[in-house]
Amino acid sequence: MAELDTSSGGGKKGGKVRSKKASTKVDLTAMVDLAFLLITFFMLTTSLSKPIAMDIAKPDMEDNDVKLELRESETMTILLGKNNKVAWYMGLAGSQPHIEGFGEIRKSILKNKDDLMKARRRQLIVIIKPTDGSNYKNFVDIMDELNITGIKTAPAIDDVYITDGEKDAMKAAGIL
Amino acid sequence: MPRAKVQRKSTAIDMTAMCDVSFLLLTFFILTATARQPDPLEVTTPTSTYKFKVPDKDIAILSIGKGKVFYEIVGQDIRKATLDKMGERYKIKFTPEQRERFGVIGAFGVPMASLPGFIDMDGEQRTKFLKNATGIPADSTDNQLSEWLLQSRNAVAELHQAQMRVTIRGDGAEEYPVVKKIVAILQKQKINKFSLITSTE
Repeated sequence: MAELDTSSGGGKKGGKVRSKKASTKVDLTAMVDLAFLLITFFMLTTSLSKPIAMDIAKPDMEDNDVKLELRESETMTILLGKNNKVAWYMGLAGSQPHIEGFGEIRKSILKNKDDLMKARRRQLIVIIKPTDGSNYKNFVDIMDELNITGIKTAPAIDDVYITDGEKDAMKAAGIL
Repeated sequence: MPRAKVQRKSTAIDMTAMCDVSFLLLTFFILTATARQPDPLEVTTPTSTYKFKVPDKDIAILSIGKGKVFYEIVGQDIRKATLDKMGERYKIKFTPEQRERFGVIGAFGVPMASLPGFIDMDGEQRTKFLKNATGIPADSTDNQLSEWLLQSRNAVAELHQAQMRVTIRGDGAEEYPVVKKIVAILQKQKINKFSLITSTE
């Protein structure tokens, strides 16, 4: 960096020729620039690279004595199919399930939750059934939707008992 | 009368103190930053809105992608203890040097039989080897993954008196049945609670 010569020199004329003393000052500006750049980099990478954990609890496989009794009017079953589609229905299987994408499922969950709250003042219970056609992202997405919509009751994750009725309905919709 | 001279000040600022401070901060951030080892299995984790950060000790990470499973144990002492137990279980003798080297290996996906050879490789060879590795066998006939999980859980319980948290880092496009198979292995060991690793949206 250019430094202004502000020394009040120039007065001595015709004196002895002295060897010029080199200044001991080092320009640290560039070094500070670099240091701050690195600081910024380390600050951003340390705080942003930390991954997030999503806790999943599944029922014990061997402990079959505990049967979960759910009221059919308060359960919403969500089946995950292929092509990022879901099928959901309220209550017992049998009625034609609604086929939706991941964009609309949030509204449906919220609507069912509010309807149930108004009608009976009960919390909605959600059953998630991922089928073989779905992928891992679908599963994470639907768990995330439950988190967003504020479903407090632990969702039941069931990938074993998918009934024939559900399979037929999904096949008919072409998502199994 | 001579004009009063205006004293001209130097425009140079002394940067020494600023430099000191910034390097102090830089040192602090470098030391606190945990060096992330490159993952041998390329995995794109789905995003979520959850807020809970993954703890950095007493966990094991199962990476699932392209139908393969890689395993990573966190913590050098746990890795060494787990290797001892696995060696005992599969009757493979590991030299103290191999044990030491295994302590710094991150994620791996090799069957037990080729593990000693894998440990003896240097870093570059190892990365190359893992590109084509088959992952840890997890079939019902030769379930080494289940064995790894069990031994590392024992190691964590013995050394740290804590429960190991099992986390799954799955690729977003992975078919659900693959994930289901791995979860079934976890549930066989009564691990009914585990975490899925996601990234922030």
